[in-house]
Amino acid sequence: MPAARAPLAERETLLQMSHVEKTFRGDIVALKDMNLQVNDGDFISLLGPSGCGKSTALRLISGLMTPTSGNIRWTGGQGNGDLGVVFQEPTLMPWARVVDNVYLPFRLRGTPYSEVKDDVLEALKLVGLEKFQRSFPRELSGGMKMRVAIARAMVTKPRLILMDEPFAALDEITRHKLNNDLLALREAIGCTVIFVTHSVFESVFLSDRIVVMAARPGRVIRELTVDAPYPRDEEFRTSADYAGFCRQASDALHQAIGEAA
Amino acid sequence: MSVTDTTTSASAPTEDAEEAARYRRDRRMKVARWMLPSLVLVVTVLAWHLYVTLWEVPHYILPGPVLVAQSLIEDWGLLYPALLITGRLTLLALLFAVIGGVTLAVAFTQSKWAEMSFFPYAVILQVTPVVAIAPLLQIYVENAFVAALLCAWIVAFFPILSNTTIGLKSTDHNLEDLFTIYGATRWQRLRYLAAPSALPYFLGGLKIAGGLALIGAVVAEFVIGRAGTGLGLASTLLEASYRFNFGRLYAALIMISCMGVVIFAVMSLISYLALFRWHESALKRE
Repeated sequence: MPAARAPLAERETLLQMSHVEKTFRGDIVALKDMNLQVNDGDFISLLGPSGCGKSTALRLISGLMTPTSGNIRWTGGQGNGDLGVVFQEPTLMPWARVVDNVYLPFRLRGTPYSEVKDDVLEALKLVGLEKFQRSFPRELSGGMKMRVAIARAMVTKPRLILMDEPFAALDEITRHKLNNDLLALREAIGCTVIFVTHSVFESVFLSDRIVVMAARPGRVIRELTVDAPYPRDEEFRTSADYAGFCRQASDALHQAIGEAA
Repeated sequence: MSVTDTTTSASAPTEDAEEAARYRRDRRMKVARWMLPSLVLVVTVLAWHLYVTLWEVPHYILPGPVLVAQSLIEDWGLLYPALLITGRLTLLALLFAVIGGVTLAVAFTQSKWAEMSFFPYAVILQVTPVVAIAPLLQIYVENAFVAALLCAWIVAFFPILSNTTIGLKSTDHNLEDLFTIYGATRWQRLRYLAAPSALPYFLGGLKIAGGLALIGAVVAEFVIGRAGTGLGLASTLLEASYRFNFGRLYAALIMISCMGVVIFAVMSLISYLALFRWHESALKRE
């Protein structure tokens, strides 16, 4: 394990969700009594079937929604601006060049481009797209667009990045590649990630903690720890450990689906 | 994306032959795109000329193309200033339509209250036939040019207002969320998100408004120019019809048509230049 990241037990708390509930239109319970402690350096996956409230949880954390009850405490220190987001769609501005898309978070803070040019170019380099900075999104493939979105999320060096099924629409090969790259990026900038997915394999490969959720009402039913060292590579993907963790997560997920049905 | 020509691929299965055939076809199409309409024009004018001369049609029923061309040259001293007036009227109406339409659209999208209060009246202004409003404008507005301008403006501004309003509202929801998360101000949202999203819609409205501004100008001249103020091409056309000067009438008509074509071409060019890098509508499928 790299020295940069403290062992799981010794990490500083970044975000604390206590008894968080979200109800829509008075009677649809999207999320019920969610408790989650996110520590600095964690890679947490929220794994579950559709309708389990995992996306709602992300929207609550990002401040796009306020909880009906309970509270979310950000103890990361620098406030809510220190957040990066990646959606299921790349969500790029089609009229702006790649470099302007990545510059967006700074632009909205009012920082002139000249001051952050190096950060923007570095972020593009980290996702391997420095050659495409002058391109328009439509000239890029699906995987490349997603890389731009990731570069944009991490260009401000946020402490927490929220990812909402970012690779769900990509083909398997691209997805594996991006999973590998995502872990490498995380090593490089050392941020905390909350990753929403419905893929057991993806969640096991990426995370050190998996929060398994069930639907109707959306709730947490199990928390698993994937106790395997980073960096993880293709070898890990074929190891017996990996298969074991996948089985655990899969069982938990089946339980989640079974309970919901 | 390539278009597969089944006949070529059957006889010549190699890709090169197929590509070569496709290339030849593309070139043929390119030439035909200009040649065919030109040919139609030549044939039509020729038929027109023959019909007029062989059947000895009197010029006050249908003037021949030669007479029209003659009028165009001889009356140029009269037609050209008229062209400038109609042109100025149309462009000013379009300019004010853009300013008014975009301003109102921004106001409508920034404030739901403003939209609810005023949108119905914008619609009423649009659906009331401009021919019915024009005589009133002539009474209330002393300057004939200003009255005509108002008339053309009323016709031209609505497509810009309605298209831009739709465009400003059609922003990507995820991008909206992203802007919220990054704490964007109202102004930043408008400048960096809503305005670029609205651009293709606005340009579509502009294309329609360009044609409508000319129609509005012509209607205004018909109604308001009748008072003998001697406005632009349309009043010249009307006057020529009173004098049975059909050569001049056709010359004026042709000039109005050409103006419409030029306006449309310029608007299309503006639209292409603004969108070709990124918007789906400007993409060439290959």
